[in-house]
Amino acid sequence: MLEANLEDRKREGRLVSIRALIAGLLATAALSLVVVRLMHLQVDQHDHFTVLSRDNRVKVQPLPPARGLIYDAKGVLLADNHPSFSLEITIEKVGDLDATIDKLSRLIGIAPQDRARFERQKRQRVRFQGVPIRLNLTPTEVARFAVDGHRFPGVDIRAELVRTYPLGEYTAHVLGYVGRINEQELDRIDKSNYAGSHFIGKGGLEKAHEALLHGQVGYQQVEVNARGRVIRTLESQPPVSGKDLHLYLDIGLQQVAKEALGEERGAVVAIDPRNGGVLALVSNPSFDPNLFVEGISQTDYQALLSSPDKPLYNRAVRGQYPPGSTIKQFVALAGLASGVTTSRRATYCSGAFSLPGHSHRFRCWRRGGHGALNLEQALVQSCDVYFYDLANRMGIDRLSGFLSDFGFGTLTGIDVAGELGGLMPTREWKQRVRKQAWYPGETLIVGIGQGSFLATPLQLAVATAAVANHGKVIRPQVARAAQTPGAPAAEQLPMVSHTIELGDKQQWDQIIEAMAKVVESGTARRIRSTEYRIAGKTGTSQVFSLGQNQRYNAATLPKHLKDHALFVAFAPVDDPRIAIAVIVENGGGGGATAAPVARRIMDAYLGGATVLTDVGGERGD
Amino acid sequence: MAIRSSNYFPDDALDTGQPGLWQRIHLDAPLLVALLALCGFGLMVLFSASDQDPAAVERQLIRLGIAFALMIAVAQIPPARLRSWSPLLYGVGVAMLIAVLLFGDIGKGAQRWLDFGVVRFQPSELLKLAVPMMLAWLLSARALPPRLLWVVLSAVLTLIPVVLIAKQPDLGTSLLVASAGVTVLFIAGMGWGMILALAAVVAAVTPLVWIGLHDYQRDRVLTFLNPESDPLGSGYHIIQSKIAIGSGGIDGKGWLNGTQSHLEFLPERNTDFIFAVIGEEFGFTGILALLALYLFIILRGLVIAAGAQDRFGRLLAGALTLVFFVYVFVNTGMVTGLLPVVGVPLPLISYGGTSMVTLMAGFGIIMGVHTHRIRSRG
Repeated sequence: MLEANLEDRKREGRLVSIRALIAGLLATAALSLVVVRLMHLQVDQHDHFTVLSRDNRVKVQPLPPARGLIYDAKGVLLADNHPSFSLEITIEKVGDLDATIDKLSRLIGIAPQDRARFERQKRQRVRFQGVPIRLNLTPTEVARFAVDGHRFPGVDIRAELVRTYPLGEYTAHVLGYVGRINEQELDRIDKSNYAGSHFIGKGGLEKAHEALLHGQVGYQQVEVNARGRVIRTLESQPPVSGKDLHLYLDIGLQQVAKEALGEERGAVVAIDPRNGGVLALVSNPSFDPNLFVEGISQTDYQALLSSPDKPLYNRAVRGQYPPGSTIKQFVALAGLASGVTTSRRATYCSGAFSLPGHSHRFRCWRRGGHGALNLEQALVQSCDVYFYDLANRMGIDRLSGFLSDFGFGTLTGIDVAGELGGLMPTREWKQRVRKQAWYPGETLIVGIGQGSFLATPLQLAVATAAVANHGKVIRPQVARAAQTPGAPAAEQLPMVSHTIELGDKQQWDQIIEAMAKVVESGTARRIRSTEYRIAGKTGTSQVFSLGQNQRYNAATLPKHLKDHALFVAFAPVDDPRIAIAVIVENGGGGGATAAPVARRIMDAYLGGATVLTDVGGERGD
Repeated sequence: MAIRSSNYFPDDALDTGQPGLWQRIHLDAPLLVALLALCGFGLMVLFSASDQDPAAVERQLIRLGIAFALMIAVAQIPPARLRSWSPLLYGVGVAMLIAVLLFGDIGKGAQRWLDFGVVRFQPSELLKLAVPMMLAWLLSARALPPRLLWVVLSAVLTLIPVVLIAKQPDLGTSLLVASAGVTVLFIAGMGWGMILALAAVVAAVTPLVWIGLHDYQRDRVLTFLNPESDPLGSGYHIIQSKIAIGSGGIDGKGWLNGTQSHLEFLPERNTDFIFAVIGEEFGFTGILALLALYLFIILRGLVIAAGAQDRFGRLLAGALTLVFFVYVFVNTGMVTGLLPVVGVPLPLISYGGTSMVTLMAGFGIIMGVHTHRIRSRG
């Protein structure tokens, strides 16, 4: 039995070994077949294929899609594509680069800045992709190169659509700009879809809506001659253009806002509280985004970077300022909602507030004090002591919890790339970042929007819109709809919101009424309007801290140490159609400097007078 | 009474001493060196084929690291344990294939992926291991060669996943899974009469498959038969790869100097058509060296299979080695115009991770079969 079994197993072992041997022989034979085939291709037919490779004629080329255009609320074109011819060198195909450029410069003008830009882009190029040596060729230059081009292998004329921003300075901070794709971006994008594209959104709306604006690449098969030039197209699959964007933004209002700021450094954000549409978003001063499209020159870039006004800095969405008194209405709401105060409860302001058992005096902006005030009077007079007391009794946890619901400390989600989230201080934040316990005194400072509390003008506008909406907090959006070119209708982009519920709905009206009084008889009475009712709140935020016994004296301070002026408002009170936040850096008092800016914008918007005036080529001469 | 292995195979006499270092870490030195050489060469070619993109090479290097780690881990598993897992693995694999058809992710027009939130997984890859394991499990329970009933059962167990994968549609992978089933049967010693009968059945079924093919798959077969008929469509790949290879000549144009690949005439040069880049840049001599390396790996795998101690190990090691051969042959055959264009990568050289991980796990199994030996006590 055992012997038979052993015999069987031996036979089995032999059988498998024989099969493995046969398999090995078959594999060797099969790979030999490949070798024979290769010998045929690489040895026998080598000459034939060498000839074919030298005049390989059929190539697949990507067809870049046209980037979607951008229109404002009234159909004014804000971002356009304009056809341009450029001369490109594919460095990998050129033997002596310097000699080629020298030879080219005798045919077509090449300025030193062209050389400089070429050198800059050469370092960031994608291999086997042309780098432009000259942009915006004139028809004469195109014709001249067409005649002599054969002497320049690796040099080609390319027709492409280049982005232009006709109202550049008015739109730079909202739209951002496109620029040439660099190596890092190449790692993030879908390479096949960007095979023919040279530009990508670098900031603002252009970056946030890159997917909509870019479109889908197409392909064509072309016959090329020995030098790689296209002779004819054999077959093609057309690209799908990017979608056109239609914005909520009103460029006329944008202009009014920018001009209202004048020479001041600052920002304005105006939102339609009903849908979160961004009507105007201005950061002043601005810059010309067209400079960046083809790569900005070192001199221009240095000038922008070294300007003390920081024109490249988008104050509206990236500027994080202490919001100052512009958050007092939210603190007041928090007090009402948490039951810590009522609209009738009065607090006595003696000009300063001290925590029990502490000697530090937290001062009111009015040294002599306001006397006894209820909530509405405290808002109208912007009394600090009232809010120190309220914040102290509420405690930081309830205070920051409620303010966070309005969006403080988090990104609003606006479709402008690069937004910052500000800072809503909490106990947990301080422990994590500063490794310290929370001090009760800090709660008081947060209660008047100072200390480590930071908010962007955009966040202030969104929170103000939420008050106008009785608690509906809407994600701000610049783009309203996207439209496929040629399609009859645009698709509306979705609106996102959440709602803050208060136990007593009347509390919204109490706060709104107080804000209306701020404009009618309080700190912003200088912009009182007889045509419509405005609800607003002024604010002043300190650039530096005063010592315990120092006085703030605007007249003797250098401009850059003066307080920032802030103002938030919405109007009309009964049917809010615009919510606005204004900051004027080092502008002094909010009521004096920032409120009039807001008034001009609201007048223009509610009066329907937002027609674009006097822009274009003539401007600035 | 226990039957000791030393009674069966002459080379078992070598195992009577203490196990060597390689055996203790369960790796096979000749195979390991050859695989490392292959992958090193592959990275060099990829650097050129990706237009010298260090990021692509880096990503590939990470994948290789994962694949080698998996190989080493799998090699530690004794074949007896693998055998006990086989039916479960097969069952799970087929269930996931059905899940892919029902809820799978569609990538590049084909439904191949299962998304588990964290990882996306291609169940068809698992079947490249599970099918030969299942068949080896089935056939190793009885004396070899297998009787007709078991051959038929094996064919059915192979066809279920093959059909499911072909429906995704993924012709390349279904071909590889089918070949895994066929090679198990071949190594098991299936009678020549049955082999002929099976060939006849395949020939009879082919027209039916033709009807079931997607248009683009039919296109590929037709273009294979006459590539020049459609120089701008599907034939473009083959024509361009032949030009690239042919113009490479005996010595090649040199590393990084292939004009056809770099001037973008050659499509998919990082992935399925990377063999053409090798042909252009390293010439006939370079390709010969590469094919010799592949052949060495295949022969070494077959030697391990023939020398394995039990049926399961023999069948599995043999089948996995032959699947690797099928990869090499189908890819090189397709790029040189011998075979139709089916999406099979050049193993361990083409850019991409899924097949590499399965292949290296397969080599882990082969090494495990070789090194987990029952030693004689004498």
